[in-house]
Amino acid sequence: MALVGRAALIVTLVLLAYAALAGGYAALRGRRRLAESARNALLAGFATTLIASVVLVAAFVRRDFWFAYVAQHSSRQLPLPYTLAGFWSGQAGSLLLWLLVLTGMSSAAVLLNRRLVADVLPWTVPVLASIACFFALVPVVVSSPFATQPAPPNGAGMNVSLQNPYMLAHPPLLYLGYVGLTIPFAFGVAALLSGRTDERWLVASRRWTLASWTFLGVAILLGAKWAYETIGWGGYYAWDPVENAALMPWLASTAFLHSVMVQEKKAMLRVWNVVLVTLAFCLSLFGTFLTRSGVINSVHSFSQSSIGGWFLGFIAIVAAASTALILARLPLLRSRSRLESLASREAAFLYNNLLLVAFALTILWGVAFPLLSQALRGQAMTVGPPYYNFFLRVFGLPLLLLMAVGPLIAWRRASLRSLARSLAWPLLAGLAAGLLLLAGGAGSSPPGLVAYTFSVVVLGAIVLEFVRGTRARKALGAASWPGAFASLVARNRRRYGGYVSHAAVVLLAIGVVGSSAYSASAAARLQPGQTLSVGAYTLRYLGATLHPGRNHDELRAQLAVFRDGKPAGVVAAGKNHYHVEAFFSNAVAIRTDWRRAEDLFVIGDEFHRDGSVDLKLVVNPLVDLIWIAGIVFLLGSLIAMWPDAREQRRLARRTLELEAVAHA
Amino acid sequence: MEPLALTLTAMIAAAAVVAVALPFLRRPHQREQRTPHAQPPQLELLEQRDRTLAALAELEFDHRTGKIADGDYQRLLGPLRREAAEALRLVQVGDRQAVEPKRAAAARRRAAAPVAAKEPR
Repeated sequence: MALVGRAALIVTLVLLAYAALAGGYAALRGRRRLAESARNALLAGFATTLIASVVLVAAFVRRDFWFAYVAQHSSRQLPLPYTLAGFWSGQAGSLLLWLLVLTGMSSAAVLLNRRLVADVLPWTVPVLASIACFFALVPVVVSSPFATQPAPPNGAGMNVSLQNPYMLAHPPLLYLGYVGLTIPFAFGVAALLSGRTDERWLVASRRWTLASWTFLGVAILLGAKWAYETIGWGGYYAWDPVENAALMPWLASTAFLHSVMVQEKKAMLRVWNVVLVTLAFCLSLFGTFLTRSGVINSVHSFSQSSIGGWFLGFIAIVAAASTALILARLPLLRSRSRLESLASREAAFLYNNLLLVAFALTILWGVAFPLLSQALRGQAMTVGPPYYNFFLRVFGLPLLLLMAVGPLIAWRRASLRSLARSLAWPLLAGLAAGLLLLAGGAGSSPPGLVAYTFSVVVLGAIVLEFVRGTRARKALGAASWPGAFASLVARNRRRYGGYVSHAAVVLLAIGVVGSSAYSASAAARLQPGQTLSVGAYTLRYLGATLHPGRNHDELRAQLAVFRDGKPAGVVAAGKNHYHVEAFFSNAVAIRTDWRRAEDLFVIGDEFHRDGSVDLKLVVNPLVDLIWIAGIVFLLGSLIAMWPDAREQRRLARRTLELEAVAHA
Repeated sequence: MEPLALTLTAMIAAAAVVAVALPFLRRPHQREQRTPHAQPPQLELLEQRDRTLAALAELEFDHRTGKIADGDYQRLLGPLRREAAEALRLVQVGDRQAVEPKRAAAARRRAAAPVAAKEPR
């Protein structure tokens, strides 16, 4: 069956090459039937990639070690869910998954937007096909998942870090996020190539950007949760290059989701928006390069390979071609209006964009610095968390404050008196919260205190917006208060969905600040019966246990927990030993106290022959708000993503009006 | 080589060829049209109209919610109304400019038709 998989991939490559070349020619010469043929080739490319993927999944399910890739990434002992995850645990499978998602999303984008951007689609198809062509070329030529070998009796197993439930969801979601950013880029490039730079490409791009942004955001949080539970150092985000690789395109798309509103409302920032979709796409390619090339040491980088050069070349071509195209089309992208005041909603969006992009580029510099220093000086120099934490404060705190100001400031022009009046209640709430926290001892971390104060101001502004809006809807004739609230959100889902997402960012900020600025830790080597204390917790080491398993053995330190001297259960922390992989991994214990909003994090670091264990305890206040923020973020995204019937009616009416004029 | 794998491979390739050739196999309903390269000028005017009307509605709502003070509201309302009126006027002018040459051409064709019929073969 490897032959079928290999052949399906080759057919995919041929189809996509045809879609790129024939589609480009059809768009250039206005040949409609050739354009339809190219579109069909793109859709067929998805079908053949799906066939190749099914062949690989079937090989994993059958544990067919005749496939070298299956033998390298699974074993007979591996539980079925992780066996299926073997599909994306190596490089060749990851690239196939990338191709599957890309051709699937491209097909969906072409079919779903066939009416909205009918005259831009002939250009969109070759752009999407050209990108997909690259991703088909790599698994066909460089790294095939269908290479065969004499079947060994057992596989080599899977990287033990990946044997975690979060890793079943994290990589596919991350890919959906990364790959999804191809669609807005393709629409942007197609709009420039076709000369149709009106609002429609923006509407089509915005939806896909929002979806990709949501996938990326959830994937980053799932990755953080995985790191928290699996890596076992008590943290969840270490500014690792691969973690940063996902954060950069997320920041760029966050900027786009804000600046797109300025173009829609004011016909401004037209060049900037095309630059942002290009930047987000290039950063997503760079992220893939970092993850898959193995050029940077990372806990998340699971491969060493030779595809780095291919990716760098492709990124360079995309960046150069996009820049040339934007420069060539500058006359089409001139702004229709200008900034009227520095105190206006559009100005606030502009500040927000500058901060977000500056932060993304600062991270990019930090990530690229070891590569550059290696290339220039022959020695890789890395920048650590202090660099990133410094810039997180420099850019993050003003961004937090802008989240409070932005929603309350008017479009076009706002007098300072009017702005001060709008912000009065949120500012008072923030000030009161700051003073209370100061009295409660939160002054030990001044950035933390400022972040908390700003967070309360933002939450106050969000609540105020919902209250004022609901009151206005009620005054406009809504039958009840819940009806007024529902009508408020339904009439402007993007705005109020956005506010819910802002609330998620505030929860995230509170969680991050709480768990990093106010955490406490202790470490010691304990004999059975001895105790170790941290904060209000005391743990007594009861002894070690060993539970043999089919896939791995579990070695645990059993610890009785006391909080404020009262018994609070038993936790077990230690190590897992994986048989096939011959590898130890951490198995931390996390005791969540929802009432006090804190985690007790226990690491059983090393077990000694004399029965003692090296133990590390961390108390992480408010860390669980980070995971709750993920749920709120998803809710906000879903509200904002929900189709807006009024916008669809407006665009349909505009099309009808144009057709009426054309046929008059 | 497995015969089943070879058969499946051939079927995949054949299906791909059919999918790509399908638009050429269908009898075209109409003469193959070329996609126009230029953006219709009315589109920009319609966008401007919709944008200004949406801005007016938003200003009204923001004023109701208390986000915009009375003074600011009055200051912004006038120019925005003028902008909306101008956008509506431009749309009407644009429509006329787009339609009139077509009507004139149609009228010329109608006027020329009887003459052509009378011309000797």
